[in-house]
Amino acid sequence: MEDVKRIVISGPGIALDGSDIDTDRIIPARYLRCVTFDGLGAHAFEDDRQQLKDAGGRHVFDDPTRSEARVLLVDRNFGCGSSREHAPQALSRWQRGIAAVVGESFAEIFFGNCVALGIPCVTASGADIKRLKEVVNADPKLVVSVDLERLKAEAGAVSIDVKIPDGARKQLLSGRWDSSTELLDGTAATAERTKALPYFAHWRA
Amino acid sequence: MGKNLYDKVFDLHAVRKLDSGQYQLLMGLHLVHEVTSPQAFAMLRERNLRVAYPERTFATCDHIIPTHNQLRPFKDDLAEQMLIELEKNCAEFGVRYLSPKSGEQGIVHVIGPELGLTQPGMTVCCGDSHTSTHGAFGAIAFGIGTTQVRDVLATQTLAMDKLKVRRIEVNGQLRPGVYAKDVVLYVIHQLGVQGGVGYAYEFGGDVFDRFSMEERMTVCNMSIEGGARCGYVNPDATTYEYLRGREFAPAGAAWERAVAYWDSIRSDADAHYDDVVRFRAEDIEPMVTWGITPAQSTAVNAPLPASESFPSQDRALIEEAYQYMGFKQSAPLKGQKIDVAFIGSCTNGRFSDFEEVAKYLQKSGKQVQAGVRALVVPGSQKVRERLIEAGYDKVFTAAGFEFREAGCSMCLAMNPDKLVGRELCASSSNRNFKGRQGSPTGRTLLMSPVMVAAAAVSGSVADAREVFAIQN
Repeated sequence: MEDVKRIVISGPGIALDGSDIDTDRIIPARYLRCVTFDGLGAHAFEDDRQQLKDAGGRHVFDDPTRSEARVLLVDRNFGCGSSREHAPQALSRWQRGIAAVVGESFAEIFFGNCVALGIPCVTASGADIKRLKEVVNADPKLVVSVDLERLKAEAGAVSIDVKIPDGARKQLLSGRWDSSTELLDGTAATAERTKALPYFAHWRA
Repeated sequence: MGKNLYDKVFDLHAVRKLDSGQYQLLMGLHLVHEVTSPQAFAMLRERNLRVAYPERTFATCDHIIPTHNQLRPFKDDLAEQMLIELEKNCAEFGVRYLSPKSGEQGIVHVIGPELGLTQPGMTVCCGDSHTSTHGAFGAIAFGIGTTQVRDVLATQTLAMDKLKVRRIEVNGQLRPGVYAKDVVLYVIHQLGVQGGVGYAYEFGGDVFDRFSMEERMTVCNMSIEGGARCGYVNPDATTYEYLRGREFAPAGAAWERAVAYWDSIRSDADAHYDDVVRFRAEDIEPMVTWGITPAQSTAVNAPLPASESFPSQDRALIEEAYQYMGFKQSAPLKGQKIDVAFIGSCTNGRFSDFEEVAKYLQKSGKQVQAGVRALVVPGSQKVRERLIEAGYDKVFTAAGFEFREAGCSMCLAMNPDKLVGRELCASSSNRNFKGRQGSPTGRTLLMSPVMVAAAAVSGSVADAREVFAIQN
């Protein structure tokens, strides 16, 4: 069985530049016309990739040397906008699958969706992320490690401090990031709580 | 020191503290739509779970439904398949489905309030970021992902951290021609698209006290565009008046009990806030976005900002926005030719939004400019019905707008209403992200419904106060 504890996540890195990258860009809405998450990986950043291609450039997700990447490096407010879980689902299904994200900051719903899939999003200062991106950009094979116990992200000679809210960190370290079992354990307490809310039974006395 | 509404409602719904330090939070109302729910129901099936409190979950379809021809099967097989899946899931798990046949279908954030499902002092969630809309009633309302939809279906609870609370006051008197949409675009412009991360926004002050419920919904709707997962207004007489007599609102003896509960969860006069910001209503002009985030906006008569006016770390994003939009720095936005005008969405798809526009179209007798595709898309079947009763459908069609069926339409790219190529759209929706309106290179200018109408009849971005002679 797959080990669900997320202590150190390691793998080659991939660096994406730009702040306020919204979930519409991560996975365009037309790919949300589906009843499973299968196959979303191929469409990650599709419109951004196409536009860069049309302009004669190349998106980093089209760089064949990056297809083994596991750790995504981003800037500020990554994953803003729509609550679509399809965004982290697409990233985790792209090529080998993104398993951890390091950025200056994350939008809240995106962050929570990632935790629910066991993908840590850790934050660091802009200067530190720049240093990490530099070494990652220089070497596609360089392994980036995100260590949730020591709160470090490391690649080659670069080691930076990272942060993650305590609750999410505990969930990931203990392997209890899929909260459904724990929530189901609270079934009796939940039933009790509903009685304290006058509206819960549609105001029936 | 007293407590604010967020803390009171959160504490009332906290089932217990989890090992992680998060809270297991009871959800009072769960709204479901076709896009973010099929995988959640599939996960229930896989684990042999049922829906714990089916009477607290309501479903509808809004994102994928065509607004031109809703005959089944839909032309788009994928959309048809999603709707069949929703129908099957609701039937199998005992969830009430507000279908197009019921006459109660519409955008989930329009029909929740309209049916009286959304009430003060509730926790409300939906697999949709604009769930913040429901905060207008004094509810804690926020968007969730699909795995969380599964959790709410299975347990009626979520694992949540407590947010900080920022009170945002807008005091004074708005000028004529300045609307709720302008207020929220202004607030986002001032505080930024990530200013609200980690916060719930409490909106208060003179302007919110005077606002109707529909105006409050417009502002709370876009809290998420400012980074705040939820935004709310304390409930008051305006809230109660709106709710009275609605299908799911309490009636008879229950009404008094409800009001007592609703009064009890209002923020105390001496409530604690983690932050307070104040704005002057008189400083707010009709706003238009010019870029690719909802904070990249300007007063309609102001020139576009120069990238040097931004802090150095923001300039790359500003340049990227200019490049995508094809606009010139320091040039005026007014007069910019538009291709499409869209009035609708969960931000501005309610009766009063359309009524305000219809009033000015009727008074001015102005027509949509040739070459501009103009759509009026009611947020719900009930909104549509009321508009027809008032004769506004004829006002819109006479002025050259298409009057459509209810749905999310051109706010996002999941139904046949889409931009084509680099078309520029004056839109009353909530997001101007790259590609948001269905063409990967399409461009969106967010503004109030009356400003969209002004653009439609002018064929270009215009100041509605000039176009419709709105008295200053």
